[in-house]
Amino acid sequence: MNPALVAARAGLSRGWIEFKQTLTTPRDLISILITTGTFLAVMIWTRHTHVPGTHFSLGTATLVSVLALDVVYYGVVTMGDLIVVEREDGTLLRAKAIPNGMLGYLLGKVVNFSGQIAFAVAILLLTGAFLFTGLAIGSPGSWLTLAWVLALGLLATLPLGAVLGSLFPSQRSAGPWWLLMLGGLTAISGVFYPITHLPVFLQWAGQVFPMYWLGLGMRSALLPNAMAAVEVGHSWRHLATFGVLSAWAVAGLVLAPVVLRRMARRESGSSVAARREKAMRR
Amino acid sequence: MDDVLDVRDLRMRYGKTDVLNGVSFAAQRGEVLVLLGPNGAGKTTTIEILEGFRMRSAGEVSVLGTDPAHGGEAWRARTGVVLQSWRDHAKWHVRELLAHLGRYYAPYSTPSVMRPWDVDDLIETVGLTPHARKRVRNLSGGQRRRLDVAIGIVGRPEVLFLDEPTAGFDPEARREFHDVVHRLTDLEQTTILLTTHDLDEAERLADRILILAGGTIIADGSADELSRAMSGQSEVRWSRDGQQFVHAADDATAFVRELFRQYGESVEDLEVRRASLEDTYMALVRQAEHGVPRRLTVVAA
Repeated sequence: MNPALVAARAGLSRGWIEFKQTLTTPRDLISILITTGTFLAVMIWTRHTHVPGTHFSLGTATLVSVLALDVVYYGVVTMGDLIVVEREDGTLLRAKAIPNGMLGYLLGKVVNFSGQIAFAVAILLLTGAFLFTGLAIGSPGSWLTLAWVLALGLLATLPLGAVLGSLFPSQRSAGPWWLLMLGGLTAISGVFYPITHLPVFLQWAGQVFPMYWLGLGMRSALLPNAMAAVEVGHSWRHLATFGVLSAWAVAGLVLAPVVLRRMARRESGSSVAARREKAMRR
Repeated sequence: MDDVLDVRDLRMRYGKTDVLNGVSFAAQRGEVLVLLGPNGAGKTTTIEILEGFRMRSAGEVSVLGTDPAHGGEAWRARTGVVLQSWRDHAKWHVRELLAHLGRYYAPYSTPSVMRPWDVDDLIETVGLTPHARKRVRNLSGGQRRRLDVAIGIVGRPEVLFLDEPTAGFDPEARREFHDVVHRLTDLEQTTILLTTHDLDEAERLADRILILAGGTIIADGSADELSRAMSGQSEVRWSRDGQQFVHAADDATAFVRELFRQYGESVEDLEVRRASLEDTYMALVRQAEHGVPRRLTVVAA
């Protein structure tokens, strides 16, 4: 049988095993629940506030936009951070030491994080459906839109996470940057407040990155059509959403193999040993 | 070509420092080579170049007939690398991890080499059967290193690389590790290259010892051959009338014969000690450090 195919299958089951490990490791599970719980608290807090210019609950709108934050958080930050950690601890070197191991490793990560994202999105939507009114989750069209936005979102974020993860030398040096990036993006991407209320140059900046477009796509899927009125150009801009997310996906998919290969080439037993010693000394 | 490893005039330069400057050696199928040398002599660099994890500056290297710098996945499947685990795969169960890593090798199975190693058989071989269902993070240090060895050999490699595999082992773990190595070479005909600081270990495992110092191989032969060739001198100790004597003799047998001829029955506590591997090693390394360029090669008689 074709070795690459065998490795790809092994990678899929690797991802599934790791995903199950995440769900059965109390620490990981609690961190997912705390993140989701914090978001929910913010939304419940703003449940009776209206999205400016409408009579629509800001809490409900935020719930939907937070799905975008979730995708970027798990797809870029958690994915990237795990790559940093696993390069540091030698997981990556092990993958490199077995035939087609890197292929299996990366596919495993993609499956694992797709699972985590789907899980986090499901919790938010489920609780949201009970706690909030106004979600347009009754029609098949909503779910179809949610499906393609989510799928494209995964493609736009996971390779990007892998690329960013390979650029940091250690988890310690990466930590602050992740926070800064996520915080900054959230602020200019219209997650907690419509982007149209920001200064124009920030609106432009926000529209460069995938988080805004993911949010827009999610809102188009799960909010009533009338809510398009508060968006840029009073439209859901599906074509542009598809275009920008695809562009990020293509960039990530082209860049990731190059950057990852370059990073993997430098890995060896002594580089892992050096990092271990450094970590032990701290 | 019968040589599994063939290294010729290997050179490695970092910036302006020559770490390796003309290393040559070869190994045949089923041979265990132990690479000894002081810290910074280039042992790890050498082994990493052979593993294909590091680019060399110059020289020719062939592992299983292929240049490791261009070894593809099929070549990778025939080699094994024992890495020191730290906290990787902490959440995995021992059996689950070995079964998973083995899957990648299945397409590289041949009629003569069935890949991967049957997972329960492998766990038994490295003595982890009672711990097969444990999570990796719950293993003790010694058990973890046995898992490292198991991961390194799960694909039934034809050549296995180990960089200081027993650093941090307690004596029992060390003994068990030596048993695993013997089993590999006896049953599997695996060629093994390992580095160590432990001269006892080198003596116990090596078919041939290579001593690396000053960026080059300064000695190449079995432990016995090295000490024989290096110093003809043996240490002779005895006592006579309650007094202790020590003498370094070039020809110990002749010296003792003369000793008995002169003093007969009054010679007591006689002890003749051939130079140990440690003595040989120290002498060779000291010579190399003082810039006496010579290579001690012993051809098996």
